[in-house]
Amino acid sequence: MSAREDILGRIRSALRDAPVAPPIPRDYRAASGLGEEALIEMLVDRLVDYKAQVSVVEAAEVPERIAELLADARSYVVPAGFDAGWLAGLDGGRRHVDSISAPLSLAELDSIDAVVTGSAVAVAETGTIILDASPDQGRRAISLVPDHHICVVNVADIAGILPEALRRIDGTRPLTMISGPSATSDIELERVEGVHGPRRLDVLIAR
Amino acid sequence: MSTFLGMPSLPVFGSGNLHATESFAKAARHELGNGQLRANLGHATHTIRDKRLKVVSELPDWEQLRDAGSAIKESVMARLPELLEQFEEKFTARGGVIHWARDADEANDIVTRLIRETGETEVVKVKSMATQEIGLNEYLEEQGISAFETDLAELIVQLDHDKPSHILVPAIHKNRTEIRDIFLREMPGADPALTDDPAMLAMAARAHLRRKFLNAKVAVSGANFALADSGTLAVVESEGNGRMCLTLPDTLITVMGVEKLLPTWQDLEVFMQLLPRSSTGERMNPYTSLWTGVTEGDGPQNVHLVLLDNGRSAALADEMGRSALHCIRCSACMNVCPVYERTGGHAYGSTYPGPIGAILSPLLTGIQSEENSSLPYASSLCGACFDACPVKINIPDILVHLRSVDVDSKRGMKKVPSQMDAGMKAASWALSSGKRLGLIEKGLPIGRLAAGPDKKITKLPGIAAGWTQSRDIPAPPAQSFRSWWAKEHRSPDVKEAPAPTQQKEDQA
Ligand code: SF4
Repeated sequence: MSAREDILGRIRSALRDAPVAPPIPRDYRAASGLGEEALIEMLVDRLVDYKAQVSVVEAAEVPERIAELLADARSYVVPAGFDAGWLAGLDGGRRHVDSISAPLSLAELDSIDAVVTGSAVAVAETGTIILDASPDQGRRAISLVPDHHICVVNVADIAGILPEALRRIDGTRPLTMISGPSATSDIELERVEGVHGPRRLDVLIAR
Repeated sequence: MSTFLGMPSLPVFGSGNLHATESFAKAARHELGNGQLRANLGHATHTIRDKRLKVVSELPDWEQLRDAGSAIKESVMARLPELLEQFEEKFTARGGVIHWARDADEANDIVTRLIRETGETEVVKVKSMATQEIGLNEYLEEQGISAFETDLAELIVQLDHDKPSHILVPAIHKNRTEIRDIFLREMPGADPALTDDPAMLAMAARAHLRRKFLNAKVAVSGANFALADSGTLAVVESEGNGRMCLTLPDTLITVMGVEKLLPTWQDLEVFMQLLPRSSTGERMNPYTSLWTGVTEGDGPQNVHLVLLDNGRSAALADEMGRSALHCIRCSACMNVCPVYERTGGHAYGSTYPGPIGAILSPLLTGIQSEENSSLPYASSLCGACFDACPVKINIPDILVHLRSVDVDSKRGMKKVPSQMDAGMKAASWALSSGKRLGLIEKGLPIGRLAAGPDKKITKLPGIAAGWTQSRDIPAPPAQSFRSWWAKEHRSPDVKEAPAPTQQKEDQA
């Protein structure tokens, strides 16, 4: 007998008492009911708590702000689908563009200082940004290897609580949920921000 | 049942790092002697506990989420064969390959073969309890394959050839200076000027592992959740080592217990609210990665999943105990447990320590296995674990159930009546009549003699030794309550109420 049949057989045998699957009570909150300003305020509060840098800017100011944040980066990478208008304030010389059809090597990514991406959806209550590898966010590796991640969140993409956010995305895409820069509390429970992922996370909330 | 063919099989128990090698009471005795362990654990458990309470109290619907989580897991167990088949179909359709492993050895063999097929002799690993349970690292080492743990605490424990003491913060028993010394001793190229500042130590680990991540061709991981309706796997982590392992190598091999399934994508909204708050006491953990088979051009292109039984089907066969499989390994029960807080994780022997370990380990291995029968007694049944558990596993009830299974199994093995049986019989004789009890009570002063001048009895003989193994008992009083009452109320001839068992006297 194959291991598969064997294991499924054991499990069926274990369930000989035929337990009945109970109905799932879903009376937990499905939405926060918060308005736009309250959502922004909550998201900022949570991100700052995680030691991310946050700025809330008018959409028109995004290029300027990105340029400021990249001032000291020797090089940066953007996914091919990133809004070109948002890079208007930058000289193209330091720029690398990555896509599935023309991916940068890991060694190249490792030598690049920063990455700028969009995002799929954010969760105000938990301070979480979800990337779903859409063309404006790119392959998972580009938002992981460079040490500085600048992430643009559109106000319209802020959900109040997790159930609202997960209902907006396709779970079968490669997903990364980010809540602040990487961190560890493994040594005497003292929190250290920035281990293997980008040690610096800048979030731009664009109205 | 139409799908069930053949004879009902006997439960097949698990193997690997699930066994205590000495009884809990013995192991606890020497662990209790480790003052540093106790101080560090006390600090850690209390800190995480306080954080947890704070973030849990923020959610107005916490209890509703727990109810949903508990019902979802119960339904997973009831529908497990069907959900496994559904998951397999979806995961395979997306280019993933599923392997089934009956036990630890089979899982280790499969992982070894998959690594060999790549031609590599080094793999990077994300913290995973399933691979600890099967002893994968040791097995790979014997096969000439080096497995590098990449979670900071796991790295510390691995470099020091030690064992984790807590499932969330596995190196909590070590102080920063010890960690620096381990790094200086075991990390090739460590800067001799390394201090014991946690930030410096974390950066040393970053530098040490970065080359490994960038060059790794194969990664081995566990999984926190698997969604049956989409074939999606999820890993919840903090440091980014998980993202590195799940994204950069060509080949990804995940080892996961069959019980980790959730029926639908929607269920994730419940568990991703329950887990981080219960585990690290954060609103959300820094990183969670989800992948569904292979995505062309993004991440590993050879994606494998080893579905592990290793005693889970046996645990499932225990109707009272099966809800132990609902566990999402958050460690909240450990952090509130007065026993765990003092003994630490090593005393439980198995990969799974604390209250959940005390039920899960004997369920996976069978109560008769080695010293695991002592685990269900490693509890005061205070109930704190049940209150803390995000999926509402009634750990105290299962502990009591397993104690009775243990007693029954031992009785079954004995031919002569046990000391306990004899003792119970004697007690029933004595307690069935006031006169007899009075007679026995005359013996109390002898007990006082046994206690000696400090009025403590530290060692009882025979089966009663269990009682004095971990506590002293006070010397018996000079007189019994009954004789004191009789004296105080000046009626030396207390009338005996006719005992209902009187007629049975002759049979005793
Ligand atoms: S038994 Fe409950 S509290 Fe304990 S680790 Fe598992 S899920 Fe968490």
